Amino acid sequence: MAERSFKAEVEQLRLGDGEAFHGEGILAVTKALLQAGVAYVGGYQGSPISHLMDVFADASELMGELGVHFESSASEATAAAMLAASVNYPLRGAVAWKSVVGTNVASDALSNVASGGVTGGALIILGEDYGEGSSIMQERTHAFAMKSQMWLLDPRPSLPVIVDMVEKGFELSEASNTPVMLELRVRACHVTGSFVARDNRRPALTVAEAAEAPVRDPDRIVLPPANFLHEIEKIEQRWPAAIRFVQEHGLNEHFGPEADEIGIIVQGGLFNSLNRALELLDLSDAYGNAAIPIHVLNVTYPLIPDEIRDFCAGKRAVLVIEEGQPEFIEHELNTLVRRAGLATRIVGKEILPRAGEYGGAVIRDGVAQFLRAHAPERAPAEAPVAAGPALLPSAVPQRPAGFCTGCPERPIFSAMKLVQKELGAFHVSADIGCHLFSILPPFHIGNTTMGYGLGTAGASAFRPRDRRAIAIMGDGGFWHNGLTSGIGNAVFNQDDNLTIIVDNGYSAATGGQDILSSRARPPGRKTNNPIEKAVRGIGIGWARTMTRTYDVAGMRDAIRAALTSEEKGPKVLVAQSECQLNRQRRLKPQVAKAMKAGERVVRERFGVDPDTCTGDHSCIRLSGCPSLTIRPNPDPLRQDPIAHVENSCVGCGVCGEVSHAAVLCPSFYKARIIANPDRRDRFRQRLRGWAIGTLQRRAARAIAARSF
Amino acid sequence: MADRERITIAVLGLGGQGGGVLADWIVQLGERGGHATQGTSVPGVAQRTGATIYYIEMIPAGGAAPPVLALTPVPGDVDIVLASELMEAGRAILRGFVTKRTELIGSTHRVYAIAEKSAMGDGRAGAERIVAAAGERSKRFIGFDMDAVAERTGSVISSVLFGALAGSGALPFPRIAFEDAIRAGGKAVEANLRGFAAGFDAAQGKPEPQDEDVRTIIPTTDAGRALAARIEADLPCEARLLALEGVRRLMDYQDAAYARLYLDRLDSLGSNAELIAEAARHLALWMSYEDTIRVADLKVRASRFARVRGEVRAKDDQIVQLTEYMHPRLEEVCETLPAGIGGRLLASKRWSRRLAPLFARGRHVETTSLRWFLALSLLAGWRRWRRGTLRYQVEQARIEDWLSLIRASDTDAAIELVRCQRLIKGYAETFERGLGNYARIVERYRAGGLDAAGLRRLREAALADEEGAALGAALAS
Repeated sequence: MAERSFKAEVEQLRLGDGEAFHGEGILAVTKALLQAGVAYVGGYQGSPISHLMDVFADASELMGELGVHFESSASEATAAAMLAASVNYPLRGAVAWKSVVGTNVASDALSNVASGGVTGGALIILGEDYGEGSSIMQERTHAFAMKSQMWLLDPRPSLPVIVDMVEKGFELSEASNTPVMLELRVRACHVTGSFVARDNRRPALTVAEAAEAPVRDPDRIVLPPANFLHEIEKIEQRWPAAIRFVQEHGLNEHFGPEADEIGIIVQGGLFNSLNRALELLDLSDAYGNAAIPIHVLNVTYPLIPDEIRDFCAGKRAVLVIEEGQPEFIEHELNTLVRRAGLATRIVGKEILPRAGEYGGAVIRDGVAQFLRAHAPERAPAEAPVAAGPALLPSAVPQRPAGFCTGCPERPIFSAMKLVQKELGAFHVSADIGCHLFSILPPFHIGNTTMGYGLGTAGASAFRPRDRRAIAIMGDGGFWHNGLTSGIGNAVFNQDDNLTIIVDNGYSAATGGQDILSSRARPPGRKTNNPIEKAVRGIGIGWARTMTRTYDVAGMRDAIRAALTSEEKGPKVLVAQSECQLNRQRRLKPQVAKAMKAGERVVRERFGVDPDTCTGDHSCIRLSGCPSLTIRPNPDPLRQDPIAHVENSCVGCGVCGEVSHAAVLCPSFYKARIIANPDRRDRFRQRLRGWAIGTLQRRAARAIAARSF
Repeated sequence: MADRERITIAVLGLGGQGGGVLADWIVQLGERGGHATQGTSVPGVAQRTGATIYYIEMIPAGGAAPPVLALTPVPGDVDIVLASELMEAGRAILRGFVTKRTELIGSTHRVYAIAEKSAMGDGRAGAERIVAAAGERSKRFIGFDMDAVAERTGSVISSVLFGALAGSGALPFPRIAFEDAIRAGGKAVEANLRGFAAGFDAAQGKPEPQDEDVRTIIPTTDAGRALAARIEADLPCEARLLALEGVRRLMDYQDAAYARLYLDRLDSLGSNAELIAEAARHLALWMSYEDTIRVADLKVRASRFARVRGEVRAKDDQIVQLTEYMHPRLEEVCETLPAGIGGRLLASKRWSRRLAPLFARGRHVETTSLRWFLALSLLAGWRRWRRGTLRYQVEQARIEDWLSLIRASDTDAAIELVRCQRLIKGYAETFERGLGNYARIVERYRAGGLDAAGLRRLREAALADEEGAALGAALAS
């Protein structure tokens, strides 16, 4: 079950003709798919598209009613390959993932489906994880569209436009026999808004019906001679068909006056930022009434030569606002303008930054500079030099992401830190997932990360003499590909490294979706497939499962044993404890209910005694838990702040275990708080309370007698 | 663009602080208040504890066309900044969101960043600079400790912040509209309305109930009064408060005689007021070194049991059981024994080897059980024989050595030497690391050529990293 439930929002997916839909961009896309009569949906979670997968999952009942098949694909490659269903049959299919990383994984299947072409509409919904908030390498999906010749939609971030582009995307795909990619930037995925709904449509043909009446066409298969045929089809049929469709349906938009000596061409997704920039320059208003002609590319690939010619004709210079690099659109525009025999100057990255996100301020400065060069009479006055900084960046501490309160991954890295203290530093090949936070303070563990599930593969070049390398892998990455690309490879090539597999029961970093080894038993899924069994099945001899990562000393000993074992060959340590975020979400309602019903409930949390803590913070350097923090020293003589456990503590026990394993300090205590105690509890408490109370009163008298 | 109908709001917060709920309320508020409203966020980033921004724009509905609203705040174009923590307000200023058009509403409490928390000494960033900049840069800064208000009202920061937004009058909606947005959210409505009301009042400048924190040290026993009189008579006035604290602490730690020894030692250091004040602090800390007796004593006190109950928010009818994480090693055990026996045991390889495994594991000490309570109480009672323990003799020798070095130094260097006591803290390996660093610095000082500034530099280097790399480099230079 995912981190966020959309059960309530999903009800909106049932809205019919003329009703107003209010909600997030992602939810609007889902509704648009149902309105478009999609037959099957798949995908792989990852920000910013995770919620789309969660919405699909929560809407599976509705999709079932409509005869739509949905599955959580094992990887983006799986999802892309699913589009094969649209090759021979008029089935509309949609898949979704995080780009560019997911597109990288998917590209084998994508190249194949793009080569053979499709009969039914194939839509690939991409969360473009670029700019602020991104957690991946800064690359463009645009390159994939160009190399495989798939069309790329980049709609204006307005819900009606996004919804319309989903529908048009299917039609475009069918009209040009080409898969279509719909790119949504991070904030567009989560933007709130509304649009007028239409009725959901049952697919004209369901996947079950298609399977019952197989159709075969060897010309759609990528094998000589069809592969050569495909390339010709792409150029001679599909491309012109796409251009025709985009033009006829007016997918690209025009804002502002018709005629002018200058103009702006912008990627659809950046239009709102551009309009804000123009507004700040007094060149537009809040309703998009721009004073300069703007050509909005809701389709960023392919460009439509006639549209570009018409827009550029009679203009001295056109500013192209294109985020990311290389500047493919700018290059193409230059070609198109030259071919059309126009003298229009295309201005782009020569004034706009070559790298980084294009927010309102960046575009405002770019437009101002463009105007100064090409229409000085309309340029804003030079901005006065801004006042000096009110604050130096060093005055505001950075907040790197870190493990959540009570995260079961923290003690794994605490244990690794202790092992490194004993045995010296190790090369650590990290993976993608929450566990990658180990590279940040306070752990500083991890040398490289090569991609999802590739932790072990990333260590495969290391042939230890007497010092093994350590690879980290998450359970999500393990099932995505790590079992074969990492573990299988290590067995086959007789590696001698250690792989630590973090088995927290979910694909946690992407929002807590279930996977093969999840302990939950969701309907319609087969879970509870142990990782240790899988690695043994593939030939691992040395495998151990630690069922409680919070046992820091135990984890330390297990890691040490794997690193110092005489036995050669790849070693796998499965570190197993449930993702705390999901665990709390699961337990909280249960506990609240039990409390309300007057049942006995035991809560645990940790604390620090302020009078024994001396303020060295070793405990924090081995933990970094958000609930373990500092506060001013209440002791008037001591100056350094002391450690302090906040009420957000979930009682995972790592503080105590760390202070044991690292022999730190006696300041930590665990408090067990028994609510609604039963008779036995109360009897024992009365006995203890009487005896301890008597002794404490006696001691207090003695202390008072010798006190100041 | 001085006059415009559009209102832009940036919410800066930390993952898990409820910024999403707050943003939802504001979107609700705008929509119900007849404004076309758009909100966006980057949920992935709040993962997990990082800083994040929610951004909302609203404009009166009914325009000729659907409005084009932006998805990210533009520096210089933000009307209202809500910050759920002081450094996030600082981050808003740093990013240029706060200008003379901006109402800045923020909590002044701190959630420390990892770099601040993990420093070996005091790594906290200065709050005053942020508060000053917040006042200077914004149109108006409404700042107060919303965490405390949330705590007091049994609510959360987001509802206090929402209340402060309503109280600020920065949005064209009546109070009831804000409250309706909370009700429409449907979750923890009562608690959220309590926090909201408190935030509203605070933003309007209504005074908070304040806890008076007056620290006075009044002796309660004859011995105490005698020592207080002696401090009054003998010590410079800058040192008196600290010396009173020191005496109080050492009487609690041991007895009046031990406190007299403390004052004797202070007297021996001459008459420089700054030196005596510093020494009053650090000598008291060193003399009340944390041995097993002291730890046991503090753990079994009734006052501690009561404090813990409060800290973990146990209700009256709930039972609280306490478990300590103790790890006395053979060293600590021997140090608690009479010096003769303890010293011999530690010196004997044979005995150490035989006994060490008994103390190699940490112990879960359940203080609220009778068995462990009695054991700890007995250990606490060992205080009477503390002067005979090995640890006592070792520490007194170290203290005397330190004091004689101070007495032999010029005043500036003496003050810095006194402050070096700060390095010695913690238990077991932490303690040994600190003591080791102290010893290296003192050794270097004894070798000559090191002045007060040099001592200070070395002390700071010792607090720079755990591995002692900075200190090593500083000593070598």
